[in-house]
Amino acid sequence: MSADENYTGLSYTKLNIMRYLALFITSFIFWLLLTWSVEPGSVVVGLAVAGITTFFFGKYYFKNVAKFIQLHRYYWFIIYLFIFIWECIKANFDVAYRVLHPKMPIKPGIVRVPLTLKSPFARAMLANSITMTPGTIAVDIVKDNIYVHWIYISSEDPVEYTAKVSGRFEDYIKKIFD
Amino acid sequence: MLEILLYIQTGLCVFCLYRIIRGPTIADRMVGLDIFGILVVGICAIVAILTERPYILDVGIAWIILSFIGTITLAKYLENKKLNE
Amino acid sequence: MADIIIILSTLLIAIGILFNIFGCVGLLRLPDVYNRLQSATKCVTLGTCSILLGVLVRYGFASIGIKALVAIPLLFFTATVAAHALAKASYRFGIKLGEKSVHDDYKDEDYDVS
Repeated sequence: MSADENYTGLSYTKLNIMRYLALFITSFIFWLLLTWSVEPGSVVVGLAVAGITTFFFGKYYFKNVAKFIQLHRYYWFIIYLFIFIWECIKANFDVAYRVLHPKMPIKPGIVRVPLTLKSPFARAMLANSITMTPGTIAVDIVKDNIYVHWIYISSEDPVEYTAKVSGRFEDYIKKIFD
Repeated sequence: MLEILLYIQTGLCVFCLYRIIRGPTIADRMVGLDIFGILVVGICAIVAILTERPYILDVGIAWIILSFIGTITLAKYLENKKLNE
Repeated sequence: MADIIIILSTLLIAIGILFNIFGCVGLLRLPDVYNRLQSATKCVTLGTCSILLGVLVRYGFASIGIKALVAIPLLFFTATVAAHALAKASYRFGIKLGEKSVHDDYKDEDYDVS
């Protein structure tokens, strides 16, 4: 952890406790959604399971949980969700066209796209978004580059394909997770 | 109507089985297995409607997680191998 | 009203199964691992999400509907991460891109660090 990551002004001990607490609340809400009942027995079991989860996996949770209470991130997240769903539906019709066309218009290859995002979770979300959008699937992240398998390479110019592959999402993900 | 859809969804598993049996390389077989796991979740959802038993969806959720763990394990195993081993 | 809800949910399930068919046809027709992974992951994931949405529409926000709603993000994350793992593993295993491929940046990367 570098020093500039801790921009909230809290000490590391406090941040660490908040991290465990955030994982506890998240997993307990997940349990409540799954069981969908507030009977005492079910709630007690849920608290126990959330405690065990927190004990074992707390150290793998987000480094900076103060992002949870910054409300403008949720606003951008909702906008991003609609764009993402629209791109998903487009991706499916794109795949359907390529699969059902008798000649199969494919021109696959792996291209290297530079990343500007820094935090690991934001990078993972960008890779997930790239996988669900038309014609691309993320293969690997090495240092500051993401390798993308593309089913129809429409241009050989790096700047142009960077804009096509990650330009749609990078701004939003920067605002939400980074 | 729903029964016919269930039969179609089950029939799609045959495509995956074809890929698992005939796939030229191990990776093809693993892709088939991964997709098979996701199709089973759809079958679970339709069966839960048909029989009106909500707990079958729990089976689906558990299936998602187990199929994910299986795929990751196989991928990690494959990653440390080479073609001539 | 109840009829409309049932028709709507059956329609969503039918659309999902249509997408599943596209994905599985892609699994059969496309030439190499990466393209198969691409078509199959995208289409089958969205198709199954559509089926689960059908369950949600049919039962509303009751116990079973909420379970279907929880399963959707879970499915998205697991399916995409599994696709990354498979693509990376099959490249490192030594499977080359298909004959139709035109471009490969990953080949000169020094990825063999393990």
